[in-house]
Amino acid sequence: MNDQDQRPVYMDHAATTFMKPEILAAMAPYFSRYFGNPSSLYRFARESRKGVEGAREAVGAALGASTDEIFFTAGGSEADNWAIKGAALANRERGDHIVTSAIEHHAVLHTCEWLEKQGFSVTYLPVDEFGRVDPGDVGEAITDRTTLVSVMTANNEIGTIQPVAEIGKVAHDHGVLFHTDAVQAVGAVPIDVERMGIDLLSLSGHKFYGPKGTGALYIRRGTRIENLIHGGGQERGRRAGTENVPGIVGLGRAIELATADIEGHNRRIAAMRDRLVRGILGSIPDARLNGHPTERLVNNASFSFRYVEGESILLLLDARGICASTGSACSSGSLEPSHVLLATGLSHEEAHGSLRLTLGDANTAEDIDYVLEILPDAIGRLRRISPLTPAHARIPEVD
Amino acid sequence: MYTEKVIAEFTNPENVGEIADADGVGEVGSPACGDIMKIYLKIEGDKITDARFQTFGCAAAIASSSMTTRMIRGMPLSEAWEFSNADVVDALGGLPPAKVHCSVLARDAVRAAINDYRTRRGLEPRETGSSRCCDGAGCGSKPEND
Repeated sequence: MNDQDQRPVYMDHAATTFMKPEILAAMAPYFSRYFGNPSSLYRFARESRKGVEGAREAVGAALGASTDEIFFTAGGSEADNWAIKGAALANRERGDHIVTSAIEHHAVLHTCEWLEKQGFSVTYLPVDEFGRVDPGDVGEAITDRTTLVSVMTANNEIGTIQPVAEIGKVAHDHGVLFHTDAVQAVGAVPIDVERMGIDLLSLSGHKFYGPKGTGALYIRRGTRIENLIHGGGQERGRRAGTENVPGIVGLGRAIELATADIEGHNRRIAAMRDRLVRGILGSIPDARLNGHPTERLVNNASFSFRYVEGESILLLLDARGICASTGSACSSGSLEPSHVLLATGLSHEEAHGSLRLTLGDANTAEDIDYVLEILPDAIGRLRRISPLTPAHARIPEVD
Repeated sequence: MYTEKVIAEFTNPENVGEIADADGVGEVGSPACGDIMKIYLKIEGDKITDARFQTFGCAAAIASSSMTTRMIRGMPLSEAWEFSNADVVDALGGLPPAKVHCSVLARDAVRAAINDYRTRRGLEPRETGSSRCCDGAGCGSKPEND
């Protein structure tokens, strides 16, 4: 069983994904062959420029947007910062209030908190037990001072998909801009910025098999937004800095591949994920699935196991070659466990005992079998150590 | 981020479980903090003859509990009272700064168990250093860094 001990099973695709070989191949010529600066005039720089513009077309096509509405950034966090700070500052004379949710990524939450220090006010909407924002709550939170609503397309921790189109409609009915952080959603949730009423959308290349350090912000034509990065005239004067040409080319190829067959991809991943969830809930007592039963990312399986702590689970899984993550405070250097899990009403103990498994394109049925073999044993071991474990939640030792 | 010793102690902890007829039991921490440690002592004369533990917590908490029970077995009570969390940290080959509180928790659990023993014998409990939840230092991979 020694081979099995070392078997690498990567189930943390919400953290990042591996890069697919065809994406790396698309990028390769742009490192040293076509190294020209896209802003340069000579013919040699034309290939670089073509690479960037081809990627822009690919991103626009994936979102139902025009190419002149796509702006490349150095990742999802920059796109979130730009969207929120840029829209808040550009519309300041019209209002100083932002509506967002309690379960946003910290790239959104900490940006909102920073804006509060600059004199803006922010409403953090609660979510239900499944992590869903009620579009009615958005409408009630909007005042005549509100300029922006920002609600994520899908949550990174529990996978819950928000009613984005309904929220977009509420925002527009009130004449308010709507931003969505779609970092986790691209490739899993079909996106159409027109149909969903989206004015600003953030995405990140490394979540869908593209390179790290790449991202984009969709900005609906005519949207009032300040620049975030000041400098040269790149990105039509909206985002300064010499373009990360290989990265942008990789992002473009990645989004083409990720959105070519979302339905087929979802069917395949969901079948594996559902078997994983059924297997785990069937073999481990006092376990729950966090997030929404159906309105969730197909690759997300987030659990809470009572009486045990998440970092311990991760380390036992890591010893058997399984890569996962947890919302426990004990893994993060912060006092509080995951703000997302607490917002859905979980107790601190349940949040500390959380485990997130997120599947990806390289996972196989054997990977699912392997996790189903290893995980109950890991939980069982920790429950035998824990003073909290009641008799009914013990898992018999396997030899 | 953990030493080999911490991982080894966490993966194969010793002295796990209850002592049904313990002479002293100490419990510290809370589920909200993400750490609960319970230490059981068997005491003969002035000596700890058996020590066992149950812990809800991270790898550092489990490793600290296991190492602590191994170290205090056979110790006179007076020595076990003075037993320091630094001794646990040293024996584990070091702990990350944010995890040092786990070793403090283990020391506190030992003191709580000794005081429980004293109380049962009609003696005044001794003053313990107060144990606090996580000390703001936190107890990794976490979704917030996705």
